[in-house]
Amino acid sequence: MADQQTELVAPGDTILYLDGVSVSFDGFKALNALSFYVAAGELRAIIGPNGAGKTTMMDVITGKTKPDEGMVLFKTHTDLTRLDETRIANLGIGRKFQKPTVFENHTVFENLELALAGDRRALTALLARLSGEDRDRISEVLEIISLTEMRQQAAGELSHGQKQWLEIGMLLMQDPELLLVDEPAAGMTDSETAQTAEMLKGIAKSHSVVVVEHDMDFVRSLESRVTVLHEGAVLAEGSLENVQNNERVIEVYLGR
Amino acid sequence: MTRTLSCILLSFFIFAATGTTVFADVASDIDKLSAKSTNVKIAAIERLVASGEPVVVAVLTAFLEGNLYARKADGKIIIGKTISGRFTVSDPLAGDDLGAVKKAALDKIRINNRLRTIVRGALGGLTLLSPDKSQRLTAARDVFKSQDIEVITLLEKAIAKETDDAVMVEFRRSLAAVQATNSEDVTVRLAAIKVLSEFTDQDVRALIASLIGREAPAETGAPENLVRTAAENALASIEARLKIWGYVASIFQGLSLGSVLLLAAMGLAITFGVMGVINMAHGEMVMLGAYTTYLVQDLFKTYLATYFDWSILIAIPAAFMVAGLFGVVIERCVIRFLYGRPLETLLATWGISLMLQQLVRSVFGPTNQEVSNPTWMSGTIEVTGGLDLTYNRIWIMVFAVLVFALVTILMKKTAFGLRMRAVTQNRAMASSMGIRTGWVDAMTFGLGSGIAGMAGVALSQIDNVSPNLGQAYIIDSFMVVVFGGVGNLWGTVVGALSLGIFNKFLEPVSGAVLAKILVLVAVILFIQKRPRGLFALKGRAVEG
Amino acid sequence: MIANTTGPVTALVMGSRGARITMALLLGAAILVPALNLLLPETSVFHVPNYLVSLMGKYLCFALLALSVDLIWGYCGILSLGHGAFFSLGGYAMGMYLMRQIGDRGVYGNPELPDFMVFLNWQELPWYWYGFDNFAFAMVMVLVVPGLLAFVFGWFAFRSRVTGVYLSIISQAMTFALLLAFFRNDMGFGGNNGLTDFKEILGFDLTSNAVRAALFASSALAVAFGYLLCRFIVTSKYGRVLVAVRDSESRTRFLGYRVEHYKLLAFTVSAVLAGIAGALYVPQVGIINPSEFSPANSIEIVIWVAVGGRGYLHGAILGAIVVNYAKTYFTGALPEVWLFMLGGLFIATTLFLPKGIVGLMEKMKKKPPAKPAAEHGLTQGAGD
Repeated sequence: MADQQTELVAPGDTILYLDGVSVSFDGFKALNALSFYVAAGELRAIIGPNGAGKTTMMDVITGKTKPDEGMVLFKTHTDLTRLDETRIANLGIGRKFQKPTVFENHTVFENLELALAGDRRALTALLARLSGEDRDRISEVLEIISLTEMRQQAAGELSHGQKQWLEIGMLLMQDPELLLVDEPAAGMTDSETAQTAEMLKGIAKSHSVVVVEHDMDFVRSLESRVTVLHEGAVLAEGSLENVQNNERVIEVYLGR
Repeated sequence: MTRTLSCILLSFFIFAATGTTVFADVASDIDKLSAKSTNVKIAAIERLVASGEPVVVAVLTAFLEGNLYARKADGKIIIGKTISGRFTVSDPLAGDDLGAVKKAALDKIRINNRLRTIVRGALGGLTLLSPDKSQRLTAARDVFKSQDIEVITLLEKAIAKETDDAVMVEFRRSLAAVQATNSEDVTVRLAAIKVLSEFTDQDVRALIASLIGREAPAETGAPENLVRTAAENALASIEARLKIWGYVASIFQGLSLGSVLLLAAMGLAITFGVMGVINMAHGEMVMLGAYTTYLVQDLFKTYLATYFDWSILIAIPAAFMVAGLFGVVIERCVIRFLYGRPLETLLATWGISLMLQQLVRSVFGPTNQEVSNPTWMSGTIEVTGGLDLTYNRIWIMVFAVLVFALVTILMKKTAFGLRMRAVTQNRAMASSMGIRTGWVDAMTFGLGSGIAGMAGVALSQIDNVSPNLGQAYIIDSFMVVVFGGVGNLWGTVVGALSLGIFNKFLEPVSGAVLAKILVLVAVILFIQKRPRGLFALKGRAVEG
Repeated sequence: MIANTTGPVTALVMGSRGARITMALLLGAAILVPALNLLLPETSVFHVPNYLVSLMGKYLCFALLALSVDLIWGYCGILSLGHGAFFSLGGYAMGMYLMRQIGDRGVYGNPELPDFMVFLNWQELPWYWYGFDNFAFAMVMVLVVPGLLAFVFGWFAFRSRVTGVYLSIISQAMTFALLLAFFRNDMGFGGNNGLTDFKEILGFDLTSNAVRAALFASSALAVAFGYLLCRFIVTSKYGRVLVAVRDSESRTRFLGYRVEHYKLLAFTVSAVLAGIAGALYVPQVGIINPSEFSPANSIEIVIWVAVGGRGYLHGAILGAIVVNYAKTYFTGALPEVWLFMLGGLFIATTLFLPKGIVGLMEKMKKKPPAKPAAEHGLTQGAGD
């Protein structure tokens, strides 16, 4: 742990910095002094076997779960562990869930409208009207996620893959500085997977993105730095090739 | 052997009844009651009283009531009475019946007001020596009330002879009361006050308070002041003790209410806590249990009246079966279609509760049904002067503990409990492992309902059995489960008992209604702090 | 989509067929029923008898109450089992005004104190009765008291994320606590008997036909107003966020919406509407007592909404009127049967009619010929 600590003197352009984060559920340690950082503008893939703590890590960053110990710094000065989901989201952290979570009774258009960055206050929402710019932005994102023709359909009627895209589209509308994307390729066809990878790479040009994924091919296509989690802590970090040749990683993956 | 013994006993009785040595004086004094001079009569009465003989009571009572006669023939004093229309006389000393006599052959012994007063006072003291325990107790209490200093010697005599503990306590209390108020000797008074301070009842407190009021708060250290201080101290110590017993009583009542809540909530802890089914008809399951008790008692009254006391032991399993069966039917017909839709379940089960209430109202009528306590469940034990515990409440506590133990064992140690937990934790997995999840659901719900039915048996012993019985408990039961934490039986126990005790401690301060409101408000505020209750489950599985 | 070219109110009304019909019926009733009652002779076939005016006025109050529940349950997923409390508080505020209007015409003839206070040997008016002589003040209280209670209750509940059945249960406990409280004589609200024996409103005799008709018209207009307000809320972006909260609360949070504020606003508005309903109800039935707080009443409101169709607004109005008409009929004709029917209604609606009457009508209108399409939609829906 100590050597990681010294290595982790975060550079100035760090967007996310987890420091010794621990979470336990009834004795089971989901995260065990987890520490790593993500640089601003970076695309980072996080892999690990089931139960490695990936989703719990996402929960901690977005404020859904409060850690027992440790700190999560956003842009080096904001401790996220003291804030709730809403505050964190408004700071500029967007999240896509493992199971696609869109508002099924709203249309595709309305889903994007809800995600659109802007005033979130209840009273202003009563009188809010979409401006021309807003509509343009929504159309733009509809193009990116290839759902323009479905704009007036209820989101619940979309296919699984389309829902995944809609959720990515919602992330784009939110325009956060940091995107947390949980298994975006789960349940997708090969062509959809490839398209998704392209989408994420496009997004990563202007945002910091953290992707949690199982699918090695997908991770490879992201061409990004990879962090391997195991039992709630970082097992290895580096390029995918490096990581795949790491003995401990091989042991963990093949030993199972 | 027995014969010899009974012979001895018999002769002893005869001796006791006609014991010549003592009775010689008594007999002559009795004869003097017919004397012309009131003063002679008074002297005779005083000697009779001083003798302390039990027969004196009968004689003096007869004298007071105008039933004492002198036989014209020989001047013998006899007691006359009209028994079933026939005037009979008896010998005051031997007590044997002398047969029917014409009134004309007798002279009635006159009594005047002066004598009446004297005889009355004497009688009060004399019954202190009565062989009958209850009479002695009454006499002691009379002395306490009159605080007649004259009786002191008799009382001391009685204390010396007394063997019964309860009477002894009462004698000491009365003696202390007389001494504390009327004694000339300050040390005696102080000692008496000390004795009085061991009692807690209202009369003793009033007596001490009046003592305090009577004794002027002397400015210099006069002896009177000592009495006052002692009395004040005594009163303070009594009140301190009363307060403690008050707390004990509150705790007992709280535990009692808590065990009732526990019984009502335990079934809910299973249906709501374990299965996540919100059953608004839970209260009606309790009500069905209570009505089953009524029916079972009714059957016993008609066919097995001699075993009536044990009807409740049949009622318990019967109520479990009836309510459990209803539960299974409800689960199979309604609830199973609504899993995962808690708000709809709530509405549908509310509908069921309305129908069950109306069903019972149509069948049994809207009025309360008579359910009686078996003899072994009625009455109270008095722990101390300030604390009475009723048997039915104690039995309900015992019952709650038993039911809780059974449920815990069932959940933790049996194959059914294992299946039940498996299904609630991971339905798909359990199903793929060959567990018939539908069957487990039905049985679990039936179990929860059956426990509610057993709670109904307990409630029928302390509450009115009416169609609205369940409604009275449903909100409280939900509060218990919510407060204690869902999915944890121990949480239910802690929730039920603490709500019960909290309620009973508030009641004297705020009144029953306000106490209930305060408890509700407290639980509402508590849920703010811990939305998942006292013993909440933690983890990713708990969706926020 | 709302037509943007016309004015906002027209848009709310003309935007949907249901809204057009609802508004037409409400406004029509507001004019026609009083007219047919007052202007036509009693012998006329078209004459609306007095009792019917009161009865329908009562139904309309229930309709407004149902509307208030639909706003939070249908659109925000908050199942309140305590809305009867807000209704009753509004009713009590109105009742207090009407009590003050009695003046010295009470049984005891005390000009200062209502009868029940004289009966309890009270010497002076409690402070919280001050101001209720004034109609305007009382009307403000009709809005403020339920609104404030809802705000405080909601603030605590939503902030701590008490949701689902937990919220239902504590809202039920809330109305139960108020029930117990209002039963107490020393609360100063007439205890058991509540407030009754009203004489006048704004100086007009409450028993007169004109006042009855005016109260009916006010109720119809209040429902129309409430309906428009709710339409405005649910068609705004705020309304779409509410539905988002209903469907996935945590997702809405991750989008950066402060869910508790959204819920709190809806809950408070809903409580105020319920309060208005109560205030209109009391002069028409002539009494308000603590039994209005009973949990059973509150849960009955929910079934009106469920029967009519949750999440349609006009469904709530329809449900309130249908169920209450059935209640009036059956409690008169077959009182034994009514609770069975009501209970059955709870079960049948949740099991077989999850979207209520309106939902059923929409389904019949839309789907019958296009059955394959419906199935297609289903399989897609089930695919996730």
